[in-house]
Amino acid sequence: MAQSEQEILEGLAEIVNEETGLDTASVEMDKSFTEDLDIDSLSMMTIVVNAEEKFGVRIPDSEVKNLKTVRDAVTFIGSAQS
Amino acid sequence: MTSNRDRRVVVTGLGATTPLGGTATETWEALLAGRSGARPMDFDWVSKYELPVTFAATIATKPEEVLAKVETRRLDPSSQYALIAAREAWADAGKPEVDPERLGAAIGSGIGGVWTLLDQWDNLREKGPRRVYPLAVPMLMPNGPAAAVSLDIGARAGAHTTVSACASGAESMGYAIDMIRTGRADVVVAGGTEAAVHPLPIAGFAAMQALSTRNDEPAKASRPYDTGRDGFVLGEGAAVIVLESEEHARARGARIYAELASVGMSADAHHITAPEPNGSGASRAMLYAVERADLSPTDIIHINAHATSTPVGDVAEYNAIKRAFGDHTENMSVTATKSMTGHLLGAAGALEAVITIQSVYNRLVPATINLDDQDPEIPLNVVTGDHQKLPDGDIAALNNSFGFGGHNVALTIRSI
Repeated sequence: MAQSEQEILEGLAEIVNEETGLDTASVEMDKSFTEDLDIDSLSMMTIVVNAEEKFGVRIPDSEVKNLKTVRDAVTFIGSAQS
Repeated sequence: MTSNRDRRVVVTGLGATTPLGGTATETWEALLAGRSGARPMDFDWVSKYELPVTFAATIATKPEEVLAKVETRRLDPSSQYALIAAREAWADAGKPEVDPERLGAAIGSGIGGVWTLLDQWDNLREKGPRRVYPLAVPMLMPNGPAAAVSLDIGARAGAHTTVSACASGAESMGYAIDMIRTGRADVVVAGGTEAAVHPLPIAGFAAMQALSTRNDEPAKASRPYDTGRDGFVLGEGAAVIVLESEEHARARGARIYAELASVGMSADAHHITAPEPNGSGASRAMLYAVERADLSPTDIIHINAHATSTPVGDVAEYNAIKRAFGDHTENMSVTATKSMTGHLLGAAGALEAVITIQSVYNRLVPATINLDDQDPEIPLNVVTGDHQKLPDGDIAALNNSFGFGGHNVALTIRSI
């Protein structure tokens, strides 16, 4: 079942917090994973795999490079769920 | 040949997280109190795999209580322990100001990231390759702890890992001495770490009948030199020291615990696990260390022995000591602190070096516990009952470490 953008954002923020220790509140829609949140490629892969499990979607490796901002990830997950 | 001690190496910081305490000081106080760190293992895998040994000397302070959550997630326990001990040692040394390119790290481990290796193997088999953690390889590699410490303190002179089973931690300190003596570094953070209280190493050590099976009395299981000894007690943790050239330490007015005067190393080339019965390899390491410290054998007044509590190993070490020191053997006070700490494998030599440094600095030798009936084949002058006072004035002590593979490492510690 599709979740709202807000629900996906909150779930994603929890995953980011778990992996990086960043405060969930810092995971905002317009933040860039690499530029603003300082998340490296290894952590990004872990976040992607954990997001797949949490949201019941598949995020192909080829898609990961397009997920530059938190909004990119939330939008992709939302459309993959619907 | 120029003297080995033209550039003296001194100890200015101590750190440890062990079965006896979360710091070097807590560990030392527990040793003086004669406490055992061995306890029943309350992990579900003990009964699940029907392990023949149900106790170990597990870490006293869980890393989760000390480290940030993200650090416990991204580091193997072996690196977590090393980081905790290194931070303590670094703070204890007063966080010396040093050019990062003159600061080194040398952290040994006997087994490496066994938890990560096997957890991720489980992930691969149960969930597939995508579920293998992307940090699996840097977490399981044996140089992970040295890298974690190097990153944490910004050590750029070199980050090194010595691997020689149960001599790894002592060998790393020997490596660190050389880094400073040869001019590669002014300060080196050195030690050993191990996090192998895991069902596979336990099953492996048990299969070779190396472990004590005194399941009903864990605190009495590690009993070096006692006629009732039946194997070692597996321990875990890390111990790390800060070493500096004496010149560097003096210039910044640092507190100096002792001089780490020399390392002596040799190999048995005898058997993959059994020590050479006549002790010739180990005695060469001891005598070489004594010589390199500009000492005579009769200058050594105390030995912190390797003494793991195995029937064969304790006798072989006695033979080596007797071979090296002859009639002087009876004059040296000997202690076997594994009777309390258990055997920390790759961290053991580092922990016992820390204890020997504390002994020389505090002029006190912790007593060996559980020695009720001393093996007549090992007539050493073992400190039992109450801890023993060491004399004032210039003193020197030796710390032995031996590892599977025939690795022999002896360190000498001189008072300052």
